[in-house]
Amino acid sequence: MNFDFSEEQVMLRDSVARFVQDDYDFDTRRSIAASEAGMSREFWQTFAELGWLSIPFAEEHGGFGGDAVDVMVVMEQLGRGLVLEPYLETVLLFGGLLQQGGSDAQQSDYIPAIIDGSCLGAFAYLERQSRYELADVATTASADGDGYRLNGEKVVVFNGGNADHFIVSARTSGEQCAEQGVSLFLVAADAPGLDKLAYSLMDGRRVVNLVLNDVKVPAGNLVGELDGGYPLIESVVMQAVLALGAEAVGIMGELNAKTVEYTRTREQFGVPIGSFQALQHRMVDTFIAYEQTRSLLYRAVCALTDAEEDAATAVHALKVMMDRAGKHIFGEAIQLHGGMGITDELDIGHYAKRLMMINTTFGNGDYHQAKFNALRYN
Amino acid sequence: MDTAFASEDLAFRDEVRTFFAQAYDEELDSRLSTPDPKVYKQAIVEWQKRLHEQGWIAPGWPAEYGGTGWDATKSYIFETERAAAGIRDVVPFGLKMVGPVIYTFGTDEQKQHFLPRILSSDDWWCQGYSEPGSGSDLASLKTKAERDGDDYVVNGAKIWTTYAQHADWIFCLVRTSSEGKKQEGISFLLIDMKTPGIKVNPIVSIDNHHSLNEVEFNNVRVPVANRIGEENKGWTYAKALLAHERTAIAEVADSKRKLEQVREFARAEVNGGKSLLADPLFQKRLSDVEIELMALEFTELRVLASVATGGAPGAESSLLKIRGTEIQQAVQELRMEVAAYYQGAMPSELTAEALGHAFGREARQAYMYGRASTIYGGSNEVQKNVIAKAVLGL
Ligand SMILES: Cc1cc2nc3c(=O)[nH]c(=O)nc-3n(C[C@H](O)[C@H](O)[C@H](O)COP(=O)(O)OP(=O)(O)OC[C@H]3O[C@@H](n4cnc5c(N)ncnc54)[C@H](O)[C@@H]3O)c2cc1C
Repeated sequence: MNFDFSEEQVMLRDSVARFVQDDYDFDTRRSIAASEAGMSREFWQTFAELGWLSIPFAEEHGGFGGDAVDVMVVMEQLGRGLVLEPYLETVLLFGGLLQQGGSDAQQSDYIPAIIDGSCLGAFAYLERQSRYELADVATTASADGDGYRLNGEKVVVFNGGNADHFIVSARTSGEQCAEQGVSLFLVAADAPGLDKLAYSLMDGRRVVNLVLNDVKVPAGNLVGELDGGYPLIESVVMQAVLALGAEAVGIMGELNAKTVEYTRTREQFGVPIGSFQALQHRMVDTFIAYEQTRSLLYRAVCALTDAEEDAATAVHALKVMMDRAGKHIFGEAIQLHGGMGITDELDIGHYAKRLMMINTTFGNGDYHQAKFNALRYN
Repeated sequence: MDTAFASEDLAFRDEVRTFFAQAYDEELDSRLSTPDPKVYKQAIVEWQKRLHEQGWIAPGWPAEYGGTGWDATKSYIFETERAAAGIRDVVPFGLKMVGPVIYTFGTDEQKQHFLPRILSSDDWWCQGYSEPGSGSDLASLKTKAERDGDDYVVNGAKIWTTYAQHADWIFCLVRTSSEGKKQEGISFLLIDMKTPGIKVNPIVSIDNHHSLNEVEFNNVRVPVANRIGEENKGWTYAKALLAHERTAIAEVADSKRKLEQVREFARAEVNGGKSLLADPLFQKRLSDVEIELMALEFTELRVLASVATGGAPGAESSLLKIRGTEIQQAVQELRMEVAAYYQGAMPSELTAEALGHAFGREARQAYMYGRASTIYGGSNEVQKNVIAKAVLGL
């Protein structure tokens, strides 16, 4: 039994931490968030040069061959810095689908370009009606000559404005909510018939709604098995939840540390407010919530890495706790900062917003608790 | 014990309901919900003037000063109907805060000058209590007012001043003496915002709106005639007002309506082929809040009834404030849960149809700003200190 990081992982962690510390202060982040793209291409190239974009990919494509622990190490630090660049979207979702389900040709076409920073990707899986059900897919792909023709609408596509390529989930057979019959397709951002409606989310991220109007793709753009895209989605999303869990833990740690620090310096009634026991106990509770979330993160990462039978249970449990502990921790952070916590100027509210967005990504706490209940008690 | 409405109350309810249905419309509602502070100000003033014409702008005021003279039941009915019609409450600073202070402690001249202009919404007031160094410990405030002939000269800064950018007048707590207990050197001043030396700096809050401000005072001359009551007794007047403010912050009737809205949104939201409202986890979440709210509605009635028979809202107002704001936040959170992925969407040129969701954006704004309700009006922690001391005797 050992919870230590390897030497390589410690180096990786320190390198991301150093970047956040030296190059990604809150003002820099604020100006990136306000820029048109909502991300910095320059920093993205830095990520490429530092090797971070290669982590989960196989060595044969120039990847680092890393596992979920390596990804976790990076994501936690990105969380601490509230980094906006689309690591999850491009490397873990778009790249993850290709790494796990792409053909040899697709992998050699796209993965090296992801690794060198030249290709940005996005995964378009949500629809207006789908809420959190990944299998609720009404967008259709029908056979058309030697390819497919896609019609429908995808919503809230993270990194959709910057992506050069999308992977789109579409129905090739079956009923609207059936797992069987979902397929995945590569679609170029400039494909004829593809319309994008861009807007921002409260965590500074840019998203698009995609309208697909007779978008034609060649047969070679099918990712994974025809009608068999769902298990691939599920598996990549499971990994992505762990990554989000690590990001969330990074954020929670920052919120707790900043709050403790603030209560040490802010004085009311002639003493630091941190000397009030009523507040001390609250901060002890958020500290415990943070440690507990980290433990579940480690548990889920280990279970998934070792392909344990109850891995899915652990991942659901983690997502439930991220939701509950996240709201608890940012709620207390804002409250204990008093009026300051309500300002846009302070970073506290921005950490809170990112946690909220993480909660809704791939299902909120209730959604995962229902899944957990079904696995454990049915 | 009897909580059934008498037939005259029922008739009153119908009258109020009819008035709201006729006087308030969607066009006004959309202007009131705009993120543009100027449009909002114009719209809310317009609405308050309509209420004034009807004679219903100041339910809590004594009839001799232009109030309605309603009993607790009628006031309760009025509030409930207002909220049920989806109409926000009036801006509190003039009507619910400084107005009562002026008619209780002010001079005849002050009453004659200020009260009609508050009732007609011709003056917009803001509240200058908090300072950068004095929030929960309000009595430690440092903004200084020094006597110079018939004027005070005011120097210092106030912060978190809601809608100072709109205000014609600000009511301020200022330090007039540094002797003795800190509560005993405070005076209550009414200050014209046009006076030279006042500067208003905007603060953007986490809902991305601008309602908060910092207000600087640099040698601002205020006539002594604009002081409420006696010098160094301002704390007493301010405290009398705080209890009213807290009772109003509970917003029970509004929470009731918003919870019903959440229920309808959830009914329409489909999750894996079924209505979200049929989800047992969501049902539990919803009923947890509804049960607390059912109780709080009666707690509020009990407080109102005791006030009507001569009691003053004391520590009970702290109870209402704590639980009322907790419930507001829980309702806001439920709305976010229903809005799912759309909860984060920022206002943009896009219509709700293009976005695919009608209420996600509103849910976000209400949720983010709503974090403040447990902080303002005396934080919930401070309210708990009040109850521990005043009720539990600790
Ligand atoms: C949206 C908004 C609108 C506002 N509008 C106005 C306005 O119009 N006019 C105005 O004058 N003010 C206004 N305020 C200010 C508000 O009244 C103060 O923010 C509030 O009194 C808290 O003070 P503070 O922000 O300095 O926090 P602090 O007093 O620094 O408190 C920080 C934290 O410490 C806790 N704490 C402090 N003392 C104790 C204690 N003894 N025991 C336990 N916990 C304690 C608090 O509860 C809080 O969680 C507004 C505030 C907000 C957020």
